[in-house]
Amino acid sequence: MRLILAAGLALAAAACADAPEAVAPAPQPAFIAEGRPAALEAWGQVAVRGDALVLGEGVTAYDLNTALFSDYALKLRTVWIPDGAGPAVYHETGVFDFPVGTVITKTFFYPLADGGFDQVSAAGRLQDHFDGTQLDLAGVRLIETRVLVRREAGWEALPYVWDDAQRAASLQRTGAFVELTLISAARAAQDFTYAVPDVNQCAACHVLDARDGALSPIGPRARHLNGPFAYADGPGNQLARWVQAGLLAGAPEPELAPRAAVWEGDVTLSGAALDAASRAWLDINCAHCHSRTGPARTSGLYLEPWEPDGPHLGRCKPPIAAGTGTGGRPFSIVPGAPEQSIFVHRLETERLSDMMPELGRSVTHHESAALITAWISEMSGGCG
Amino acid sequence: MMNLSRLIGALGGALILTACGGEPEARDTSDFDTAYQSVLHEALLDAQPGDVIEIPAGRFAFDRGLSLSGVSGVTIRGAGMDETILSFAGQRQGAEGLLVSNSDNFTIENLAVEDTAGDAIKITGGDGVTIRGVRVEWTRGPSTQNGAYGLYPVLSRNVLIEDSVAIAASDAGIYVGQSDNIIVRNNRAEYNVAGIEIENSNNADVYGNVAVNNTGGILVFNMPNLPRPGAGTRVFDNDVNDNNTANFGQAGTPVAKVPAGTGILINANDDVEIFSNRLRDNRTAHVIISSGHSSGFSDLGVNAQFDPYPEGIHVHSNSYEGGGNNPDSMELQALRIMKFGPTGRIPPVLWDGYVRSGGRLVDGALPDALRICVTDAEVLNADGPNGYANPQVDRQAFDCAHEPLPAVTLEG
Repeated sequence: MRLILAAGLALAAAACADAPEAVAPAPQPAFIAEGRPAALEAWGQVAVRGDALVLGEGVTAYDLNTALFSDYALKLRTVWIPDGAGPAVYHETGVFDFPVGTVITKTFFYPLADGGFDQVSAAGRLQDHFDGTQLDLAGVRLIETRVLVRREAGWEALPYVWDDAQRAASLQRTGAFVELTLISAARAAQDFTYAVPDVNQCAACHVLDARDGALSPIGPRARHLNGPFAYADGPGNQLARWVQAGLLAGAPEPELAPRAAVWEGDVTLSGAALDAASRAWLDINCAHCHSRTGPARTSGLYLEPWEPDGPHLGRCKPPIAAGTGTGGRPFSIVPGAPEQSIFVHRLETERLSDMMPELGRSVTHHESAALITAWISEMSGGCG
Repeated sequence: MMNLSRLIGALGGALILTACGGEPEARDTSDFDTAYQSVLHEALLDAQPGDVIEIPAGRFAFDRGLSLSGVSGVTIRGAGMDETILSFAGQRQGAEGLLVSNSDNFTIENLAVEDTAGDAIKITGGDGVTIRGVRVEWTRGPSTQNGAYGLYPVLSRNVLIEDSVAIAASDAGIYVGQSDNIIVRNNRAEYNVAGIEIENSNNADVYGNVAVNNTGGILVFNMPNLPRPGAGTRVFDNDVNDNNTANFGQAGTPVAKVPAGTGILINANDDVEIFSNRLRDNRTAHVIISSGHSSGFSDLGVNAQFDPYPEGIHVHSNSYEGGGNNPDSMELQALRIMKFGPTGRIPPVLWDGYVRSGGRLVDGALPDALRICVTDAEVLNADGPNGYANPQVDRQAFDCAHEPLPAVTLEG
């Protein structure tokens, strides 16, 4: 299937000098079957209109129950399937089978911390800034938008970096470094380098089956989407909405579909809720590599949510090739002893050679480390 | 379970010493070329099957890890391991210097990769990997803070590493893991914790190498919890000398338990033939044969399929000189003096003494094919199963031979 829309031309024509920006037409989403457009705008998925980042016509925003940590950035995710390409096919555990033409985007942004353009806040939620149709650009800084497009030959990944004027994002295949200062909820400041991945690095996370080496989305699966989203017309379950909107076929009622826990940084959990949140966190942050088919299968550590307790889930497991990443600790998890568990070191450290995930973070996510610390603390038995 | 460190070395003290004060500094790269990195970076992003990426002579600084994914037949070629130097001393992103994944028939040759944050060159999931004339080095010398692996093919097939140099890796200088059909030849590995390591791999030939001044010279290991147990390694015609560098591995890693002064170490691996090597002045023992019971694993952290016993081992035709005179553990030191006198030596081959019970035994005895055969030296059986109560020197129990293992032939 080929569907090449000349969206770029239409947009260029519309943006004549004397036309007020506020009435510029909504972006027209496009499937671009070949090549690498230099401007994000060419895809028509998200674009700046006035003081907002707006969605293209027919583009659907979504969120994950528990999300990958990316240096405290907030993320606006979208999906679009061209007319006639047909819905994605539901899978109970795997990523939905999206048709050729599908475009998925993820825009990384920060709330500004009132200290200038480079001072960004570690506190905030998507819904503080996004009303279901547009992202209010007042008080935020756009960093990058990643595009995943399903072409005939498979998925391709393209990273776009937003300009300082916050009007346009351009392709940066070699990635980028963005120097920022992170201001925590407690107003502590930490300078850090936000690293936009290069195109090849996209594969480090998005190759879910290292045996075929093909790129894939990670998030759009039943268990991650099966939860509420604040749509413009009110809250709704994402799986049900996707079916309604013709994005997804073959899905059961949401209550019959798998569902990962919703975790947004709560460090006070215990018992079953703590276990569910921890497994959901390990799933979305680690299991894209740490699965029986992923690139980190070399380690023998598998963190998918159905993996039973035992060495492969980390219990008393000696490291294989962790190098300095052990932090001097003997096993991945020492039940009841987070301070002896390699897991916790990997999450707390900011050393390049030691930290997990290997890409996508520069700073420690203190809430994640606290979550996994609590989870291991509640385990019992030690390692003998 | 007993611990290799209890058997052979109490390493904690050595570790702390090496991590303190007065460490030499890494190479100053302030005059390195910083403009070239984007050229190589883009060449890797644009790589097409069959591309040859030539890197000129020069000294180039990189601030992020490089990667190549899913492109077959790519060659990266420099002008020589001392002429084309890629330094990652200023690395700000990426866990490796170069990560190559799912790219068959990959070749890298004639260049150096220095001072990466983590592993220097990691190649995963390739069929046909050639590393030739490459130097990987942490220029400040041995330090626990150095990256783990130098040359690191894993989950690959048909791997050739030759004429290369690995210096000061905090784990293994040259490490081939979970791979099949491997030749490691004519390399030099020095000042690493492990000079050369073959782990959970099958059909490996390791020959013509110089392993000197590492903590352990050449290791053949099996670790638990991995999909494939390794077997079938030949280690021959290597020079394995003076591997006496204090262990600077990060605690918790398997190699951090390797005693300084180890020449060749087999741990839990099967069908290993060690012959015609020249071993000299390795102060703990020239050859150590140990089981998973000596590795400090937790019973709870080892999958049920793991076979901890080294079996089908054949050590013959090696030459041994010096060594065994100053083993890296209080217990072994005491044992040496008690059994061999103040100036005596631990025999060339040291075995932890663990033998399987039941299972594959025939009439209570190990079938011939599984025996440990040593015909060129005395063996010290450390008597691990009895708490090291009664170590004995023996020759007769090891007087047997296995059919020579076949030479490895690379396909493709």
